[in-house]
Amino acid sequence: MSDLKKIKDDFLLKLEKKLSLSEINEIKTNLFGKNGLISSQFKKIGSISESEKKKFASELNLIKDELQNQINSKINEIQSEEINKKLKKEKVDITLPERTFVQGKIHPVSQTIDEISSIFSEIGFSVEEGPDVETEYNNFTALNTPDNHPARDMHDTFYLDEKKEKLLRTHTSPVQIRTMLKDKPPFKIIAPGRTYRSDSDQTHSPMFHQVEGLHIDKDINMGHLKGCLNYFIKEFFEVKKIKMRFRPSHFPFTEPSAEVDIGYEIKDGKIFIGEGDKWLEILGCGMVHPKVLKNVKVDSTKYQGYAFGIGIDRLAMLKYGINDLRAFFDCDYRWLNHFGFDPLDVPTNYRGLSR
Amino acid sequence: MKITFDWLKEHLKINSKEKDLLEKLTNIGLEVETVENLSSGTELFKIAKVIKTKKHPNADRLKICDVDIGKGEFKKVVCGAPNAREGLITIYAPPGAVIPKTQTKLVVAKIRDVISYGMLCSESELNLSDESEGIVELSTSKYQKKIGHRYFLESKTNTIDLSITPNRPDCLGVRGVARDLAASGFGKLINSKEKKIKSNIKHSLKVKINKEKNQGCSVFGSCLIENVKNTESPQWLKDKLISVGQKPISAIVDITNYVMLDINRPLHAYDADKIEKGLIIRNSKSGEEFSALDNKSYKLEKDMCVISDANGILGLGGIIGGTRSGTELDTKNILLESAYFKPRSIRNTAKKLNIDTDAKFRFERGIDPLSIEEGLNKAAFLIKEICGGEISKIDIQKTESYKINKISFNPSLFEKISGFKISNREMIKILDDLGFKSKKERKYFSLTIPSWRPDITQEIDIVEELVRISGFEKIKIVDPIKERTRSTLTKSQKLFHFLQRSIASKGYLEAITWSFSDSNYNDHFKGKCEDIRIVNPISSELNVLRNSIYSNLIMYMRKNLDRGFKDLSIFEIGPIFTGPNPGEQNTVICGLSAGKKSRLSWIDKERDIDVFDVKRDVVQTLVEAGYSSEKFFIDDKTPKYYHPGKSGRLFLNQDKDQAIAYFGEIHPNILKKIDLKTESLVGFEIFMDNLKLTDKTLNNQKRKFEVSDFQKSERDFAFIVSKDLKAQDLINVVSNIDQKLISNIRIFDVYEGENIPENQKSIAINITIQSNEKTLNDNDLEKINNLIIKTVENKTGAKIRS
Repeated sequence: MSDLKKIKDDFLLKLEKKLSLSEINEIKTNLFGKNGLISSQFKKIGSISESEKKKFASELNLIKDELQNQINSKINEIQSEEINKKLKKEKVDITLPERTFVQGKIHPVSQTIDEISSIFSEIGFSVEEGPDVETEYNNFTALNTPDNHPARDMHDTFYLDEKKEKLLRTHTSPVQIRTMLKDKPPFKIIAPGRTYRSDSDQTHSPMFHQVEGLHIDKDINMGHLKGCLNYFIKEFFEVKKIKMRFRPSHFPFTEPSAEVDIGYEIKDGKIFIGEGDKWLEILGCGMVHPKVLKNVKVDSTKYQGYAFGIGIDRLAMLKYGINDLRAFFDCDYRWLNHFGFDPLDVPTNYRGLSR
Repeated sequence: MKITFDWLKEHLKINSKEKDLLEKLTNIGLEVETVENLSSGTELFKIAKVIKTKKHPNADRLKICDVDIGKGEFKKVVCGAPNAREGLITIYAPPGAVIPKTQTKLVVAKIRDVISYGMLCSESELNLSDESEGIVELSTSKYQKKIGHRYFLESKTNTIDLSITPNRPDCLGVRGVARDLAASGFGKLINSKEKKIKSNIKHSLKVKINKEKNQGCSVFGSCLIENVKNTESPQWLKDKLISVGQKPISAIVDITNYVMLDINRPLHAYDADKIEKGLIIRNSKSGEEFSALDNKSYKLEKDMCVISDANGILGLGGIIGGTRSGTELDTKNILLESAYFKPRSIRNTAKKLNIDTDAKFRFERGIDPLSIEEGLNKAAFLIKEICGGEISKIDIQKTESYKINKISFNPSLFEKISGFKISNREMIKILDDLGFKSKKERKYFSLTIPSWRPDITQEIDIVEELVRISGFEKIKIVDPIKERTRSTLTKSQKLFHFLQRSIASKGYLEAITWSFSDSNYNDHFKGKCEDIRIVNPISSELNVLRNSIYSNLIMYMRKNLDRGFKDLSIFEIGPIFTGPNPGEQNTVICGLSAGKKSRLSWIDKERDIDVFDVKRDVVQTLVEAGYSSEKFFIDDKTPKYYHPGKSGRLFLNQDKDQAIAYFGEIHPNILKKIDLKTESLVGFEIFMDNLKLTDKTLNNQKRKFEVSDFQKSERDFAFIVSKDLKAQDLINVVSNIDQKLISNIRIFDVYEGENIPENQKSIAINITIQSNEKTLNDNDLEKINNLIIKTVENKTGAKIRS
């Protein structure tokens, strides 16, 4: 048996035993250290005859590789054994609670405004805004509601001066006036926002939210108005069919004017929109009055169109089953948490309005 | 406006059912608000028999009666009537019943320690007669077998309450409602046969309308009826008034009310003997006083339209009569007034004096100016029929004559507005039925507007009539086109939306609070702003527009803490007001956080929430919104409601243009004043209007993508600096040394105390050094290290800590 073979067999045998890391390292040094057995064999190569050299060298390399592999795998084995031992000690009770987190919420009115904007965006409306404090002119007179008009009594108005020239807007309709004064037709806007009336009881709050809609172009008639609202209500309540009724009414700034009712029924204490034989009033609308167009210098022989006003809080109540309007503004932590929406729940057209 | 189907039928020939009527009314714009059965509630009053009586142990005059109320049921009732006796058949009202006379609802009551279930009624209590001595005695033979049955007959009449829009005064009378129904094809309007007064008797009271500026009365018609005997109204008239919710008073008053309800023609009856030397209709003088029929005394301003005689004011024309000349049961001679008062004058007067009457409601909407004689005729004949007397000639005083209003209507406008078609013939038919007189003139209709329709002045009004009567259901739906030519939101609206959701995503609950506030709260946060007072606040707690969102938010924070919640974050995004004029408002996003972080956590150490928590929320939100935090500049000049040492204000850059945000601990004095109890309260305000918006698209906002793959190295430095040195300044000094090499600076320790001289502190920073041109060698690194130390020492007076 050659020296090489002997070294190989001896050491492979040694490596079969259970060894500690230091014992393996010792073997490693014995073999591959400066004066190790394998290292010394390599030093011999120079003194071997040319004919033997090649064979010896290749044999030596093979043995070297085999031993080295064996040592490495032995080291890996021991290391992973040690890690496993360590991990066993590190086991935690994974049922303990996670670190605390807090979840913020979006108010249902804000969510509803975003839903409304998303729906109207799809059919080409853009969003306009106006100030909360308005002039008497923009809030009433320009909207064909002069001082002696009894319709003014229906708006319990908050005033900011004794002369009653400055007030908190009683509806979002003054945004119509501002929009039309600022630009040229056509107009296709919605204007959501805060509105105020000095009225406070179970179903009225001194502040509430409305969204105004205005579409003025060359040939916009009541059929377009009906189509637009029909589309909106279906999309908003996420139903395929909607029962809708236009009822003649009167607003000084539109003519003809209508109030719109939607059909509903109550099953097991829950309200279902779009079916049933009960009617629920949800909005007022009509064709913009020629006098209003005249007041904003739009030629009513060339341009016409519709406007509507919807109570946002009421829509939110209907859609999300909220009973008490006053709670919207009461800021009760429990209520906000219960009815609020996750901030990532952004209403969009492609993923739908709600989850 | 209340009507009944029966009353309508006096004006309308009709075979339809009431159910169809209700639907039709709503469909033509006369919205049915409620329908109530006239006899609802009366079914509770039952025929009953007293079985046994026993003296009340604690009251001499009271008896305890056992009452058989039918179906084997017996009730104990305490009764004070002397005639309550065994065997008497009478009327029993159970708990829950409403007593007609007093309109009080019965409850189970303890009367001197004995419980009484309901009541036995007297005729007077049931409005059957004035008899109030004792309870009703029903004949045994007639009622013996009816014990337990209802006493009052069931009425088939329903009172229909209509909500009439302010443009339709004509429908404040039953006839006007009937006319609209007939036009819509619901029945046929019955022609009213007007009987005219033909009299030889002279009208002996002189009436004069003063010709003066702003005279509120243009026509005053009247007639005298002499030798009447005022009395209780006959049953038919009483029933009629009761059926629409009116209370009968006396024949003369009831008749004037009846005519008003029937044809919307308000009338007023004076006791003619109380009028001194004729009537003058004139403007009031400032300070004149008069006592009205509502038992109030009014002090008048200048130029209110009054009816007066030689002794002073008798009434406010078209609004309310006075006590001095009112009719009573012994009135012998009456003057009946039927006049036209101008809506504007009525409205001004009523508003100034704060009076609301039925007459005012009607006159301010506009009464038919041609109904003056019809009203006098109708009422005078009824008075004569019921009260007797002699009717005089009618006297009519006028300062203006009624002008017929005409309108030229282009029928093509109808389809242009409504989107559907009806024939010219149909249009004419509808308009005729509504009382228009129409004539076709080439392409146009020449229309005479009925005198009772003050709301109709232009073509669009005609379109409305035609759409309303033809039916809104005929409008065909035109589906909207899904096309967007303009972006839905502006940049600033997008930012609003983004900030709102960004803040919420950091654990804040969004609140919406009122734009007005309690000045007691607002005072803490208003800064230099003047109070913006609401002239007519809904309550004294909501008397000013808020100058800060904190005013409301902190109050609600306190309420929530009082509910027992400890760790809370809430925010609101909305307007604050800087002045009382339109546009003097800013959009602010404001948040409050209270309590602790990691309260009662098994794993983390709990700590009070602090200013650096809220600073993170502000900075992170702004960074998320696209602003570069490297440029932010922060100082400590904050409003007084913040903790002076633990608050800051943030600018987008060193130009310090406008503060973008304030953040910090809320001043402890405020918490004390409003009695808010928590471990810590921090808040922030971001002023959206001060945030600059870029015109660039998102794509253009991003810098070119450039990174360095050369080796970077990190070095730590500790400097001893003056206690006043701001970390921000230190970082600025370092980052300006070589922006190409210094890529990141972090402060990892701030220390004062032992081993550090007084008034100084140690700041330890970690600096990342990396070139995007080459791998830096030891020499390069040494050079930059030395430069850092030298520059910091020179510029800030720091000393490197060895």
